[in-house]
Amino acid sequence: MEITLQQIVFGVVALMMAVCSVLSVTTGRILRAATALLFVLFGTAGLYFMLGYTYLGAVQLSVYAGGIVVLYVFSILLTRSDKNMNRRIPRGRWFAATVAVVTGFFLTVFLLFTNGFALNTVPALVEQNPAGVGEALVGMDKYGFILPFEAISVLLLACMIGAIMIARKH
Amino acid sequence: MNQAFLDYYSLEPLTGWIHRTLCGVMPEDWAVFLEGLVIGVVILLAYALLAVVLIYMERRVCGAFQCRIGPNRVGGRGGLLQVPADVLKILTKEIIRLKKSDHLLYELAPYLVILASVVSFSCLPWHKGAQVLDLEIGVFFVLAASSIGVLGILLAGWSSNSKYTLIGAVRSGAMIISYELSLGITVLTMVVLSGTMSISGIVESQAGGWNIFRGHIVAVVAFIIYLIAGNAEANRGPFDLAEAEQELTAGYHTEYSGMHFGFFYLAEYLNLFITAGIATTLFLGGWMPFHVAGLDGFNAVMDYIPGIVWFLGKTFFVVFLLMWIRWTFPRLRIDQVLTLEWKYLMPLSLLVMMVMTVFKVFGLVF
Repeated sequence: MEITLQQIVFGVVALMMAVCSVLSVTTGRILRAATALLFVLFGTAGLYFMLGYTYLGAVQLSVYAGGIVVLYVFSILLTRSDKNMNRRIPRGRWFAATVAVVTGFFLTVFLLFTNGFALNTVPALVEQNPAGVGEALVGMDKYGFILPFEAISVLLLACMIGAIMIARKH
Repeated sequence: MNQAFLDYYSLEPLTGWIHRTLCGVMPEDWAVFLEGLVIGVVILLAYALLAVVLIYMERRVCGAFQCRIGPNRVGGRGGLLQVPADVLKILTKEIIRLKKSDHLLYELAPYLVILASVVSFSCLPWHKGAQVLDLEIGVFFVLAASSIGVLGILLAGWSSNSKYTLIGAVRSGAMIISYELSLGITVLTMVVLSGTMSISGIVESQAGGWNIFRGHIVAVVAFIIYLIAGNAEANRGPFDLAEAEQELTAGYHTEYSGMHFGFFYLAEYLNLFITAGIATTLFLGGWMPFHVAGLDGFNAVMDYIPGIVWFLGKTFFVVFLLMWIRWTFPRLRIDQVLTLEWKYLMPLSLLVMMVMTVFKVFGLVF
């Protein structure tokens, strides 16, 4: 099989994501874990760009990398965090973690091999039109998302009012 | 209006010819890889060169506004040799490693800042057909990419393990995240006017007149909001309280030396340039020449000036405006900065966006 440029790029991005995901749970310092998470999110955005879904890729960058991780880092800066989190882990938790990892691994492998690889289903590097995304987001047809869109807006408004009420000085 | 000049301008035949020639002698993947490599080197070179030009310009403009003659005398005729001397000096400086700092994050932080800056830099529309990253969602991608820079600043402030850097980082974090809102809303206003998010699309929609004329009063207000918010995003005065010299030594990059400090410095100047470049794209027509409807002879003369000259000329004009603001206004306090954004700028930009949408729907724009 001939290896194309896109496959090489995918390999590099996937390797970076895998390494950084492991790093983010094994490192002892909480800010390093957040930074490793940032690189995993970069990799996810890169995958979306490779699929041509640039809108989602940019959302990934601005909401997760530029928003959520900044929020994490900000809250770490504002709180007193332990420099080193390498504590001893109880045996019960080790057992639970092992079970979760093994189950997750076999579930993923099972799904991969029963569904086959989707190699040629996505046209390479053809950009999706953002207008279609916008119309689906506020569309009322069969695949429209107007109801979840409005529900989330109301939820966010409620969160904001709650935050202001808590932060308000009496 | 006669728009034949759009074809005359295009660089696409040239780039297409290069691509075809390369594909003739090697497989397409190799050709794409090679082109990517060359473009990357060109972008980095342009980035560094523009930084030198901007630093020289800042010295001269600052000297003029403060009635100093220093920058004209030091370093040969017109102060031309001072900046190259500074560049050589900073390149040869030692990079000092702090003892009680998080080395990994300390060394990563400047690269995050410069990465965000270079990625947004490569989206600028230099010329027709000479745009490096031209996505369907162009301006949104620029906003997304530039929002990563604040992470580098936060990490730099924290990992240096010093109180000045930490205060600077938290200040700049609070400020940049706040001003991103009104910046994003004004960009959205112009997207409403142009009807597309693609940067080349936005530029081409202004072939019949720049957005600042098409959107008249609303666009002018949006332009002013964009300049204020963009100035804050680039961490420059009167919003430079993240690196307020008098209180915080140098803010978040106090503990950096050598080229690591140089990266922060470069990114600051290039963020200024990117802010101005996006302002040019959104409001002043990008590489579009200046046309007056009806004056065909005048328009034909304007068409002979290449697009890159137009783009650089307009961008440096906006850079000059921003420098003028920087050297005229005193620095704000952090509470004043946040009040300005949350109580005035953001509601105003929301209002501007609504008015623009109404105008667009009822056809009140040109």
